[in-house]
Amino acid sequence: MEPAVTSGARIGDRPRPKKNYLNETKGFKSWALTVDHKRIGIMYLIGTLTAFLLGGIFALLVRLTLLTPAHKIFGMQVTAETYNRFFTLHGAVMVFLFIIPSIPGSLTNFVLPLMLGAKDVAFPRLNLASFYLWIVGAVMAISSMIIGAVDTGWTFYTPYSTTTSGTVTLMTAAVFVLGFSSIFTGLNFIATVHKLRAPGMGWFDMPLFVWGMYSTALIQILATPVLGITLVLLMLERVFQIGIFDSRIGGDPVLFQHFFWFYSHPAVYIMILPGMAIISELIPTFSRKTIFGYRAIAYASVSLALVSFIVWGHHMFVAGQSELATVVFSALTFLVAIPSGVKVFNWLTTMYQGNISLETPMLYAISFLMLFAIGGLTGIFLGTLSTDVHLTDTYFVVAHFHYVMMGSTVTAFIGGLYYWWPKMTGRMYNERWGQVTAVIWFIGFNATFLPQFILGSRGMPRRYYNYLDQFQPLHVFSTVGSWIIGLSLFMTAAVLLASLRKPADAPDNPWGGTTLEWQTSSPPITHNFEEQPVLEHEPYDYRPKAVTH
Amino acid sequence: MDWLRVWMMPPQGSEFAKEIDFVYMALFWLSVVLFFMIAVPSVYFPWRYRFKRGRVTPHQTHNTTLEVLWTVGPLVLCVGIFFWGLNGWMKYAVAPGEAMEISVTAKQWLWQFEYPDGSRTINDIHVPVNKPVKFTMTSEDVLHDFYVPDMRVKHDIIPGRYTQIWFTPTVLGKHNFTCAEYCGKDHSGMKGFLTVDNDADFAKWMETGGTEWEDYFNGKDPTKTPADWGKITYERVGCNSCHTTDGTKSKGPSWKGVYGSMVELNNGTSVLADEAYIRESMLSPQAKIVKGFDPIMPTFQGLLKPNQQNGLVAYIESLK
Amino acid sequence: MSTTTTDVQSHGGHGDHEHNPYHQHHFTTMEQQFDTSKLGMWLFIVTEILLFGGLFVGFGLMQHQYPREFIEAHEHLKQVIGGHLMPLYGSVNTIVLLISSWTMVMGVNAAQTNQQKKTVRFLVLTIILACVFLVIKYVEYSHKFHDGLLPGIFYAHQSEDLIKGTHGYATFFAFYFMMTGLHGIHVIVGIVLLSWLAIRAKRGDFNSDYYTPIDLVGLYWHVVDMIWIYLFPLYYLIS
Repeated sequence: MEPAVTSGARIGDRPRPKKNYLNETKGFKSWALTVDHKRIGIMYLIGTLTAFLLGGIFALLVRLTLLTPAHKIFGMQVTAETYNRFFTLHGAVMVFLFIIPSIPGSLTNFVLPLMLGAKDVAFPRLNLASFYLWIVGAVMAISSMIIGAVDTGWTFYTPYSTTTSGTVTLMTAAVFVLGFSSIFTGLNFIATVHKLRAPGMGWFDMPLFVWGMYSTALIQILATPVLGITLVLLMLERVFQIGIFDSRIGGDPVLFQHFFWFYSHPAVYIMILPGMAIISELIPTFSRKTIFGYRAIAYASVSLALVSFIVWGHHMFVAGQSELATVVFSALTFLVAIPSGVKVFNWLTTMYQGNISLETPMLYAISFLMLFAIGGLTGIFLGTLSTDVHLTDTYFVVAHFHYVMMGSTVTAFIGGLYYWWPKMTGRMYNERWGQVTAVIWFIGFNATFLPQFILGSRGMPRRYYNYLDQFQPLHVFSTVGSWIIGLSLFMTAAVLLASLRKPADAPDNPWGGTTLEWQTSSPPITHNFEEQPVLEHEPYDYRPKAVTH
Repeated sequence: MDWLRVWMMPPQGSEFAKEIDFVYMALFWLSVVLFFMIAVPSVYFPWRYRFKRGRVTPHQTHNTTLEVLWTVGPLVLCVGIFFWGLNGWMKYAVAPGEAMEISVTAKQWLWQFEYPDGSRTINDIHVPVNKPVKFTMTSEDVLHDFYVPDMRVKHDIIPGRYTQIWFTPTVLGKHNFTCAEYCGKDHSGMKGFLTVDNDADFAKWMETGGTEWEDYFNGKDPTKTPADWGKITYERVGCNSCHTTDGTKSKGPSWKGVYGSMVELNNGTSVLADEAYIRESMLSPQAKIVKGFDPIMPTFQGLLKPNQQNGLVAYIESLK
Repeated sequence: MSTTTTDVQSHGGHGDHEHNPYHQHHFTTMEQQFDTSKLGMWLFIVTEILLFGGLFVGFGLMQHQYPREFIEAHEHLKQVIGGHLMPLYGSVNTIVLLISSWTMVMGVNAAQTNQQKKTVRFLVLTIILACVFLVIKYVEYSHKFHDGLLPGIFYAHQSEDLIKGTHGYATFFAFYFMMTGLHGIHVIVGIVLLSWLAIRAKRGDFNSDYYTPIDLVGLYWHVVDMIWIYLFPLYYLIS
């Protein structure tokens, strides 16, 4: 496949279609009642990025509070209760309103059917229903913040969560609704991958992005119902005091943690697998070289999904579970490190002897490699029993999960956004400024979170409003880093939005990608392809063809 | 390279801390090496193999030997690290039989400790050096966690159950401890100091609550009065979680202007808040309840040493 | 195979041809559409099993915690028949649901074989049986309310619990109401779906070329029945 390089180039000299999915129908109803996966993807994008903004504002407030021991933001005193709400809402919004729904709902919704050569997902109306469930859940969550706010931490541990005042019940109900949005999305993608592949596309001809999203979808349908029932039990405990989690009435608080982490550990793989799926696209495209170890990456994705279900107890090494459970969970946790390592080595080897250019998506992909390395390696400290005792519940854990959730998943999400932006909008963004955002992102992210490893290893617990004087310099450094992150994100928003002012004349295939989405126009027509694409080559085949079309 | 460990870790309060630090630093250097093995190619390859128009890349789809090596290699490494971690953890998990047992009751937002002889203290605990000590812990309300960074130990504290940690402190002096499981509003205020004493000082502490208070009562330092000791006690022992000193009503009456005033009780009578009243309030708080407040104050009988009671009386008197 | 509706052709794109009115455009053939819909329903069923599974696990753990109180509490789910304590309501409900599964299968079969009137009849029968189930459940629940056998904080029955201050009974009834309640909600949803199907069947929407909704709701109904088959011995037969 020869990479197309010039702007305005169209495959095979086809005329650019006048009508595409964006302009074919107009008006509020045509969007609100759409069943087009591309339009639904755009609506999810706007929704989840708004949630990201909200969660990000809470994060900035948290870091501003921690800037000095006086805990004053622009002269206003932040009390301990307010601070507790800041970090709870930051976590809850980011986890449930942003990270879990974002890549599946937005990028995957848009790209997956195109990559499979399909006209839509298996159940387009269910897709729209998923989106509206997200909206309902978001409205409920925001209402709970306005009515009374929650201060339990995003993990809702009992018995504090069953006895504290605040709108815990409404917030958990919101998460319950959001869970169904996630389940239906996963269900839709599984059916789509099984049934709607183009002729000639076997399982091992699919792009690795699809393998990653399929693995994610498996977790979504298997784990989320357990969260659903856990939240129902939590609500019933709060309202009826049924006696399952509250020790004063015969319940077991540690049981809540088992139920909660049984979902929430696989959930973090719902977060990282889509990020890895994006990287599996970016690296071969910008290295102009076939992916190394396709099958290994495919198998690693599925095995990550499955193994993720048997390690939940590593969140509870000092929580009071049995000693045997602790030992078993630690051993299994080391197992889950291996597939991630395999993927990283395969990506690096793909770059070896490649023909590499550093457009914005590739810069984000390279950031991912380094940030994910740090995130994954610090997981080892936490999986190792003797060091975990010291590090758990400290800032070390906070730093670790931000490196994997934000430094990896969000980095990949932003890279994917730049990558598929021309396909989704028909516009090329300003490349130079895009590259600048990537560099600032990398600097800002490390500045914010690298010091937090030190805070943790030196003994600062998490969710802490006060801290020992010796920790202040590191907190200042971290807070300034958060401003740099803010700058980078603001710039990315500006770069992408500015591109919308240009006419929609992006090439079909600006990056020279080999997957099917690049075989149709940018933006695509409503029915995706003018003719049903038939797969004619291996995935990621960059060998020059003997005959040019 | 010791400065790196000193910068990253808290002071080492025990031999166990030294062992954990060794594991930590080994993992640290391993991570540094592995990180560079990933970061260097990430940055080098884009430069070495930078884009050249027309260049054709080799079609490398897989290499079985290499892939097996980098699957099995890390697996072996992980197994090794797992066992190393398990080894240290097993030492942490089982307290030796001769350890002195201190029982801990955590509640929002303070720590209550009780020694084998029945004497009790709040937030401020002393232990003898070089002797193993075991903390048997429960909570009165929500989850808490007892974390002593210098000893590298922590464990959750669960209502309705008993959990345990132990260590053998080897370094004299003050070591901080904190609550490490989010427990509500003043979670980050729920801390205290663990002081490791030699045998003589420890014995003194068990008898009179230590020597720190003495300077406040011997008149040698004009900046250290009994009222100052009372203020320290007010904060340390947790009076401040229910009583303010500026007049604002909290769970309990404010101490401002109380001493020598007439106090109205919930049974309609009024009493003079003299020294006897103040002392009775500390030791038998249920005897007289101030009007407009609930009878929720626990007794501090056995929890306040005579010097602490004297200091508090002096402090309250000073708050006119 | 009936020819009253248009035959579906296998094709790769758009063209001038007759479509089954229910053929959704992103599917190549009706068969692909039907297979995919069935897969989707099975995936949904998996999530339902995990949802109830969590409750079964919770119940098991609580039973382990309060073995005696749970065994005793079970007795309150039985009724006195001829001097013996028997799970009458529970057994009748089980039979009712089993028969409803049979009527459901007959309804699917009737649709598959173009027997419109029979389809409607069996769907309506299934709805009636489901309603009978709910009525019996209503009777059971009102007895419990009357006796004060209520979840958690509302528990007010004279029992070991209130004498000894343990929570086993209260917890048992909390789980009883939760699990049978969640099941009951699924039965109500089933009735709504079946009613919608019955209306559509009366209208003539279904035939041998297109009976997917009946098939899928049938699957759902069998799962609802199956969950009851697990609930029944767990709650009504243990002694």
